[in-house]
Amino acid sequence: MTTPNDSVIHDIGFRHYDGPRLGRGWAFRSLLLETLRGAFGLGRPAKVKIMPWVLIGLFTVPAIVIVAVVILTGGQELPLTYTQYPIAMSLLVSLFLAGRAPYAVSRDLRDGIMPLYLSRPIKRQDYVYAKLFGLAIAVWIFIATPVTVLLIGALLAKFPVRDQLLGWVGGMLMAAVLALLITSIALTLASFTKRRGLGVAAVLATLVLLSGFVSVLISVVTMQRSGATGTYFAVLDPYLLVDGLSAAWLGVDPQNDFAQPDGALGTLVFTAALVVIVAGMVAILLRRFRKVGGV
Amino acid sequence: MTTITTTALTRTFGPVTAVSNLTVELPSGVVGLVGANGAGKSTLIKMLLGLIPPTSGTATILGFDCLTDGLKIREVVGYMPESECLPLDVSATEFLVHMARMSGLPASAGRERAADTLRHVGLYEERYRPIGGYSTGMKQRVKLAQALVHDPKLVFLDEPTNGLDPAGRDDMLGLISKISSDFGISVVVTSHLLGELERIADHVVVIDGGVLQRSTSTADATQLSGSLLVEVTDEADVVMSRLRDLGASVAAGRAPGSFAVELTDETLPAAVVAIVAELGVGLVRLQRRRHHLSEIFETSGVTS
Repeated sequence: MTTPNDSVIHDIGFRHYDGPRLGRGWAFRSLLLETLRGAFGLGRPAKVKIMPWVLIGLFTVPAIVIVAVVILTGGQELPLTYTQYPIAMSLLVSLFLAGRAPYAVSRDLRDGIMPLYLSRPIKRQDYVYAKLFGLAIAVWIFIATPVTVLLIGALLAKFPVRDQLLGWVGGMLMAAVLALLITSIALTLASFTKRRGLGVAAVLATLVLLSGFVSVLISVVTMQRSGATGTYFAVLDPYLLVDGLSAAWLGVDPQNDFAQPDGALGTLVFTAALVVIVAGMVAILLRRFRKVGGV
Repeated sequence: MTTITTTALTRTFGPVTAVSNLTVELPSGVVGLVGANGAGKSTLIKMLLGLIPPTSGTATILGFDCLTDGLKIREVVGYMPESECLPLDVSATEFLVHMARMSGLPASAGRERAADTLRHVGLYEERYRPIGGYSTGMKQRVKLAQALVHDPKLVFLDEPTNGLDPAGRDDMLGLISKISSDFGISVVVTSHLLGELERIADHVVVIDGGVLQRSTSTADATQLSGSLLVEVTDEADVVMSRLRDLGASVAAGRAPGSFAVELTDETLPAAVVAIVAELGVGLVRLQRRRHHLSEIFETSGVTS
């Protein structure tokens, strides 16, 4: 930033640029970083910053409370583990994403900025991937903040360092999986409207209603039929799917017992569901942006 | 020096032919691309940017092949679209730095050039405010600045004077001349107003329905497109026949006493005045007129 001073501006005419031109990779990185900054309102007016930072605060306060209680009462373990925390607080994650996904794509659609991006040295699909990964990283940072607060608390409470670090690494890994999964869904929904309000409503309704609906479905099926049939419906709710994957991949306790995949077949089905959903959403996004920009 | 060469360039969208068998060479300097809405101007620009492949034919721009070198072309070419295309909640500075990086400039160079470019297009203190609060004229300047921020060799300006008031139009045309003469950047500027382009363009290309109508330097085009409207109080027939004797082509107008003279010779206005004075009739009107674009389309079957 420049600072005001008394110096005189001399008109030195138009200066040509003969430095390096860094090309497609750099342009992709720049768009990804811009998306990430935009998600937290950086470089934007104050009113854009309010929502993301309020949500980060609300999302982190419970972690601070948990840590304080554990340290003050001398507990032996965290009441919520590194992988359970974001699942238990899924509503706040959904709220953050519902605000940020439309901000990332609906705004570009409304402002008609695509022709400017397309006239830069990038290809059409670069835009989709830069937006997807930029926003997924933002969601990952959002989830990582309270999870890391839990780690700091656990270390302050003198829990075994090795166990806690491993748990935290697992938490970070599953946070990344969750971020990619829900971001791909939210971005796809948001990419179909120029109107941010509509995008926010669509993302929030889908993520929240899906959670409620799937929970009811699982309870009903579990009551009607014995065995593990009900757990397979967990793949329909992104949070339950990741909850189940944490249990399957890392062997940790899931937040919801009914999300525990049923043996090797369950693990396979859950993993396949993750891959299919993300790949499907990316395919829809690429298709959606194939025609945007008037070309 | 030639910046753009197209050979039998054709692009169809289903049954619609947007650009048809276009063979043209554009020199450096300011080139005006004239055509009515839907004439194929935007399709041509998108093909030259390497964004849509031609159905057939080839085009090279600054020595790059449009079919295969799209990324290379877009590194050294700027594009100002006709449509609204600015984000409203970031400042012009923030936006320009981002667009500079999107063009491949390193972060520090991007910041420096963003400030420079905004100054050159005439945006000063307001550049720190969000773009949403700008006037139409200021937004057009930002759109122009984003096309120049990476110091391209050539810029495409699509209808840059659209929506501007007369003063803003003059400012924009002045800026476009400056881009070519002071900055040394070649300009291809589209408009459906021929008169506007004649003021600044060194070369004018007219297309209609995707077909090349005319490609000439502006001096030729002005000469060809001139005509003289004359209205006299009496004896219009005599004046017309005297002018025909001088070899001028004269067409009678609808109103009695008025006619038009094809301006093939710069001495014709003086000749009209001399004849009228000799006959002692009143001269009501002697007006030099440029052809409207539609008339150019009608008269120019031949390309030069």
